[in-house]
Amino acid sequence: MSTTRDIAILGAGMHPWGKWGRNFVEYGVVAARAALADAGVPWRDVQFVSGAATIRNGYPGQVAGATFAQALGWQGAQVNTSYAACASGSQALAAARAKILAGECEVALVIGSDTTPKGFLKPQPGDRPDDPDWVRFRIGITNPTYFALYARRRMAMYGDTLADFAAVKVKNAEHGLSNPNARYRKAFKADEVAASPIVADPLRLMDICATSDGAAALIVSSLAYASRIGKANAPRVAAVSTVTPSFASALVEMPDIATDSAIAAPAQSFRAALPRKAYEQAGIGPEDVSVAEVYDLSTALELDWMEDLQLCARGEAAHLLRAGETRIGGRIPVNPSGGLACFGEAVPAQALAQVCELTWQLRGQAGARQVADAKVGITANQGLFGHGSSVIVKR
Amino acid sequence: MNDTVAGCNAQPFLEGWFTLDAERPQLLGNRCVACGTVYFPKLKSGYCRNPDCDGERFEETPLSRSGALWSYSNAAYQPPEPYAQVDKDAFRPFAIAAVELDKEKMIVLGAVVAGVGVEQLKVGMTMELKLGALADGKLTWMWAPAGAQA
Repeated sequence: MSTTRDIAILGAGMHPWGKWGRNFVEYGVVAARAALADAGVPWRDVQFVSGAATIRNGYPGQVAGATFAQALGWQGAQVNTSYAACASGSQALAAARAKILAGECEVALVIGSDTTPKGFLKPQPGDRPDDPDWVRFRIGITNPTYFALYARRRMAMYGDTLADFAAVKVKNAEHGLSNPNARYRKAFKADEVAASPIVADPLRLMDICATSDGAAALIVSSLAYASRIGKANAPRVAAVSTVTPSFASALVEMPDIATDSAIAAPAQSFRAALPRKAYEQAGIGPEDVSVAEVYDLSTALELDWMEDLQLCARGEAAHLLRAGETRIGGRIPVNPSGGLACFGEAVPAQALAQVCELTWQLRGQAGARQVADAKVGITANQGLFGHGSSVIVKR
Repeated sequence: MNDTVAGCNAQPFLEGWFTLDAERPQLLGNRCVACGTVYFPKLKSGYCRNPDCDGERFEETPLSRSGALWSYSNAAYQPPEPYAQVDKDAFRPFAIAAVELDKEKMIVLGAVVAGVGVEQLKVGMTMELKLGALADGKLTWMWAPAGAQA
């Protein structure tokens, strides 16, 4: 595909992840201003505000695009709000990209921010037998159950061990140590992971990510605009894949209690489909990737993602991990930001945080966690109800 | 907790999702008459989800009672409501199974009967469907190692 399909990333900004207990708008404004300053773009030049919705912060959260356009000062920009669970940020980015490529705007702000409640995410109250989310909680199946089933399956199929899962945590903790936006900046030893309580066998508490407050923002533009302001060499978004699953589902996906029946149509992996579309859009292959940011909701899930991204053959992710190839300095560093292990999940901001990290990596501005000579980065994430995304950034 | 009780007073937590046969219960799904795709829970939209099928007629079908253990886990902590709650101290971790049904070509989740922990499970082993009671006395389907004494 020709480079005219690319857009430029001029600025990236975040509000640090944590459990700050403040209004999500505050975090978003901090991230947006950081991205604008990073881009060197005046707010009045932004013609489109593409917000990722948060469903836990009332009406303002459901109209996030407008909420941030107002908070930054109404200046007549057009707005949009996207909700796609964990992929909300990517869907907001896709909306901005479409607007720019259609020639309807030159510069856009893409933004996601969240304030999360304390404790585990719980289902809505009330009896709802037609809601799969209600049914699965009714019989005792929580979110970690799904990650645990995938993890145990890896152990049975590929010989992955608890030590491998702990090694993912140790690696990501080491990566995130120097990341000023990470919530958890603490080194972990494998035996500390092993000593943490079992939540959903085989996963321990330290194998599973927390939920966080946080915000991330990007300033993106047409290549022509980037050239005009002297930023022709800015990193580019080369692909945004937000494909749905294809019937029939190969894996039991949260919140379902069963897969589709594969009697009439072949079972297909949703996770693997997301990057496949991204590679196709970008005209880039997995062999070109220098760095990946993947959704490590659990330690074991990072290994699944590596295979879905085709960074190695199915079943071989733990081999790369053991050889140190996924550490910074290895052949294909995974989650140099520290990943969800160090951030905790702030749903509408998380997919954008992944792109922020790749932007800094491709500019060579990632400091102690810099991946040498990073040229192509890819993200991957998946959320509820057939939402997921994979974004490719290149320079 | 008696995990296979289906006494005359015992009610299922959902009507029509499984039979109440104490010994040989079955999950109840439905099947697209046109393409054969089986749905569990039953498809209610009236339109087959197979993108290449226009089927609009479905018939109830009981699912296979046994299958291979695809993967397993447990709930080490008491799940939040609507899971029927007991006192924190009274909660006993329970195993959870994902079982692959060969004929239906699908994987179905469920709790494992009381008294069978993850240390007794192995991917690939044959599991069969049983009934078990939730903390509020309502019956649900549960998986058990095939041939195990309940």
